[in-house]
Amino acid sequence: MLEDLLDVVKLRFNVNSASDAEKDGEKDEKKENPVEIPKDLAFKCPRCLNMIMTDELVKNLKVCPECGYHSRISSEERLNLTIDKGSFIEFDKDMVSKNPIDFPGYDVKQSELREKTSLKDAVITGECKIRGIRCVIGIMDSRYMMASMGSVVGEKITRAFEYGAEHKLPVIMFTASGGARMQEGIVSLMQMAKTSGAVAKLSEARQLYIAVMTDPTTGGVTASFASLGDIIIAEPKVVIGFAGRRVIEGTIKQRLPDDFQTSEFMLEHGFVDIIAERKTMRRTLAHILKLNGYKPAEEV
Amino acid sequence: MEMNNKLTPPERLDLIRDKDRPTVRDYIPMIFDEFIELHGDRYYGDDRAIIGGLASIKGIPVTLIAEVKGRNLNENKESNFAMPHPEGYRKALRLAKQAEKFHRPVICFIDTPGAFCGVEAENRGQGEAIARNIMEFMTLKTPVISVVLGEGGSGGALALGVCDKLAVLENSIYSVISPRGFASILWKDGGREREAASIMKITAEDMLELGVAEEIISEPFGGAQNDPSETAENISEFLLKTLKEKMAIDIDVLLNERYTKFRKIGEFEEQ
Repeated sequence: MLEDLLDVVKLRFNVNSASDAEKDGEKDEKKENPVEIPKDLAFKCPRCLNMIMTDELVKNLKVCPECGYHSRISSEERLNLTIDKGSFIEFDKDMVSKNPIDFPGYDVKQSELREKTSLKDAVITGECKIRGIRCVIGIMDSRYMMASMGSVVGEKITRAFEYGAEHKLPVIMFTASGGARMQEGIVSLMQMAKTSGAVAKLSEARQLYIAVMTDPTTGGVTASFASLGDIIIAEPKVVIGFAGRRVIEGTIKQRLPDDFQTSEFMLEHGFVDIIAERKTMRRTLAHILKLNGYKPAEEV
Repeated sequence: MEMNNKLTPPERLDLIRDKDRPTVRDYIPMIFDEFIELHGDRYYGDDRAIIGGLASIKGIPVTLIAEVKGRNLNENKESNFAMPHPEGYRKALRLAKQAEKFHRPVICFIDTPGAFCGVEAENRGQGEAIARNIMEFMTLKTPVISVVLGEGGSGGALALGVCDKLAVLENSIYSVISPRGFASILWKDGGREREAASIMKITAEDMLELGVAEEIISEPFGGAQNDPSETAENISEFLLKTLKEKMAIDIDVLLNERYTKFRKIGEFEEQ
């Protein structure tokens, strides 16, 4: 489990023979594209390998117009697409991780990432409204250490579930993660217990939990709260799985089919309720909330 | 507890991989008066990497669930080197639920490099199986006591590790991923596993310090294999003491304490 997502993704994008699978993904990319295209001008779809002009991709909500792959978006973009404008009240905004196992370089890496992404860690949580319905929302952001789960992610997600239980609100979690955060060692493993325990609290309070799996949902996050939604939605064509693809390929010594560990694979195997496109997500969530008896809050 | 001659983490790695290190199959007859194995998850099959059933320890009926390392190649083939598939975790959960129903405490022995990483495991929902166990064990209305016998590897260990009290054998390790996996993810070089073991904080003492485990069970000088029966006695003593302690606690209080035990793990600050 807990495979570095970069590896999973590199391998998925690798169209060469299995023997090349171990090679570094970036090098492969260079071989295929001798002509350098500025990164901000075009996007190479990791699923269908087509080059998409960035403005076209953005217009399409960052969904590949060729194959329907729902590419990664920032937590801020996700929030804007999902909730009622101006309704977000963020929780635990300034929570930052310590270095529980004194892992060399972890503090520096975090400061750099905070600077670069203006995120404090890999999840934002808060209360919001979706079509007027009050709910708790959590959105993981893959730009921050592949949204791996350490102390901060675990604590914020746990508090979000506890808040939902206490205030009788439904909880929606947009999951994305490479798994447990290696740099926090066993402490990160324990976040799986913490968050899953908090899901049980919400459940005891008889409040709805909708998990929305986005690219990529893997490792310790798949093996904890992400898989425990009353209703599990997935965005199309994203990676969902437990073990890293490369690990499994290493074990069986052959290349896995492209659709292995996708949303569609998970639906077929009974682990996802609905595959919903990004453009319909807000509507889908609102409908599910409504059918579970949640009503729009009174206008103030 | 006096523990001299402490081994370094890489030395402990060698020790727990020693072919003579006792496994749960050695311990069961030494610790329990009786054991009746129960099979299958009722959905798919019977995973031999996890065994479970009814047992009694000094007359106290318990449900026993254990990850099984092999003592030789044949046993390891049967038990898949103690790497469970989803049906193993689902069997564990079925037996735990049964224990809850009949007010029996649950004893879990952890000894796994991790959950199996394979096509079939993914097809049958390895992630879901582990997640479900973690959540259900958190609210299981009966005492749960877990012991790490050798290797506690990642989610595959945690699936049997949500408990009221966790003890680790003196030389055993508990980690977010195997040291090899850690080295291969962070340094792209699985060969640096000894170095990884040294910095990952995986020893019994580390577990106590980080609030992950509550107790260390001592091993005879040179490791459990030097005197399996003494080790078994130490485990037995811990189990009896803890059973008495936890069985006396009101179940709501116990569940609350269980939640809190995990709830407080994490190191962060709010600026």
